[in-house]
Amino acid sequence: MAEPGRLTRDEVAHVADLARLELTEDELELFTGQLAEVLDHAADVASLDLTGVAPTAHAMAVSNVLRPDEVRPALDRDEVLGQAPSVEDHRFRVPRILGDAP
Amino acid sequence: MTSPRPSTFLANAVRSGARSAVDVLEEHLAIIESGDGEVHAFNLVTVDLAREQAIAVDRTVHAGEDPGPLAGVPVALKDNLCTRGVPTTCSSHILEGWRPPYDATVVDRLHRAGAVMVGKTNMDEFAMGSSTESSAFGPTRNPHDTSRVPGGSSGGSAAAVAAGFVPLALGSDTGGSIRQPAALCGVVGMKPTYGTVSRYGLVAFASSLDQIGPFATTVADAALLFDVIGGHDPCDSTSLNRPTPRVLSVLDDGVAGLTVGLLTEFLDGADPDVVARTREAADALAAAGARVEEVSVPEVVLGLSAYYLIAPGEASSNLARYDGVRYGLRVDAADTVAMNRATRSAGFGAEVKRRIMLGTYVLSAGYMDAYYNQALRVRTKIIEGFATAYRRCDVLLGPTTPTTAFPVGAKTGDPLTMYLSDVCTIPTNLAGHPAVSVPFGTGDDGLPVGVQVLGPALSEGTILKVAAVVEAAAPPLAAPVLAVGGRA
Repeated sequence: MAEPGRLTRDEVAHVADLARLELTEDELELFTGQLAEVLDHAADVASLDLTGVAPTAHAMAVSNVLRPDEVRPALDRDEVLGQAPSVEDHRFRVPRILGDAP
Repeated sequence: MTSPRPSTFLANAVRSGARSAVDVLEEHLAIIESGDGEVHAFNLVTVDLAREQAIAVDRTVHAGEDPGPLAGVPVALKDNLCTRGVPTTCSSHILEGWRPPYDATVVDRLHRAGAVMVGKTNMDEFAMGSSTESSAFGPTRNPHDTSRVPGGSSGGSAAAVAAGFVPLALGSDTGGSIRQPAALCGVVGMKPTYGTVSRYGLVAFASSLDQIGPFATTVADAALLFDVIGGHDPCDSTSLNRPTPRVLSVLDDGVAGLTVGLLTEFLDGADPDVVARTREAADALAAAGARVEEVSVPEVVLGLSAYYLIAPGEASSNLARYDGVRYGLRVDAADTVAMNRATRSAGFGAEVKRRIMLGTYVLSAGYMDAYYNQALRVRTKIIEGFATAYRRCDVLLGPTTPTTAFPVGAKTGDPLTMYLSDVCTIPTNLAGHPAVSVPFGTGDDGLPVGVQVLGPALSEGTILKVAAVVEAAAPPLAAPVLAVGGRA
């Protein structure tokens, strides 16, 4: 399996954007070096030939976990909404999503 | 050869009316008050709530009813366990002030067993770290030497038990976060089999690896706490719906006839003093009737790399929920995406950002097969490697950590070096197996050494009875001395 090249600063900036994080120039510089070092260490895994080995996502996998379809008490609405930064008419309120910001 | 049972002793005194739960609580609150300025084990001490709970326990006793096996026993909770109406921060600014609308299942079970919750303990932010230094609220100190780290990420819980603030505490272990701090602080800590303890109400880090487990001063107390918190929970769909091993009853069965494998890969990277203590523990098991042999599981050396691809991958997905919408911090901005960015950038610390980015990268198109999927195949190889060893051995033995507690600040500038302190604990999480760290003497620097007993899935009873024999043979560990009333 081809091993990816060393992590670049542009890739880190792109990943930060995907993860909705804003990094300062200093953070970008620091994290690029540190993350590249971790990925270099992971080369021992990336370079192995594991053709035919099944992946394990869960060591103690359980499947088809069902429960009876019964009405049960849920979390208290006001208690839940009471933890939100902004609420209107029993809903979570957020800044505008569509169109240009005012 | 009986493991001491201080919490059972305390609970029985409360159950019989010989001591009041209020009296037990006040004694512990006084110790916390005098020592925690120096240690900083707690993010929050819930004095009023604890007093209410202790009064309720005493009332139950006076009514002629039994409050349960932990009657009046003070317990500390890692601050990633949800407590209804009580701040739960994960030691992160992004959750500062959040009061969960529900209790974690383990919190509910502790309450039903008569325990008194005294507070929430400090941790690495979102459990990402090995020293409790990534906490947004400042580091916890090792009670045995306050210039050293307590380990992490459950460093606050380990330090609270080591300092005598509480006899019992809960932590969570994703890659060693119970066992590693237990070893560095000289207490007992167990990571149970995945699925034996409900994760409902445990703030998620890496869901296929996270598991809640006990801290205690003795093996028997850890077993007692595991018996209370374990068992199937319909609120956690990964909870195993089969009998959880009951461990307290088999604890004193001894090790005669058991085969113990001394895991050579764990010895290879450890300091000579840590290796020496581990070999002495193995000798003690042999003297008690176990058959001890050296065993190699070559796959475990790949554990660290696989873990640092899998755990950040899962974390990057789990931590996407901190978006400033439903709870926690919001930093206002003109539109929602800008608000998400501003909130996450201000709310997360450096280590959490690193792991989110690492996880996002290894799951991104073009890299997922080379890194993440490859790590999942390594996980299979590690499970197979352990399975081979467990055909010959009942349990495996090794050091919990390669070194004793390191100085505060020694590894914060170099994440990879920090990650290496979990090299002996990570393989267990990848396999879903249980393992327990038990103190065994000290290193050349006089600081505690932890020896780790590992076993196959659902072997808690076996690893704990082996740990009880190790404990009985261990040299006595001096209690930490804190400057009374000292404030760091």
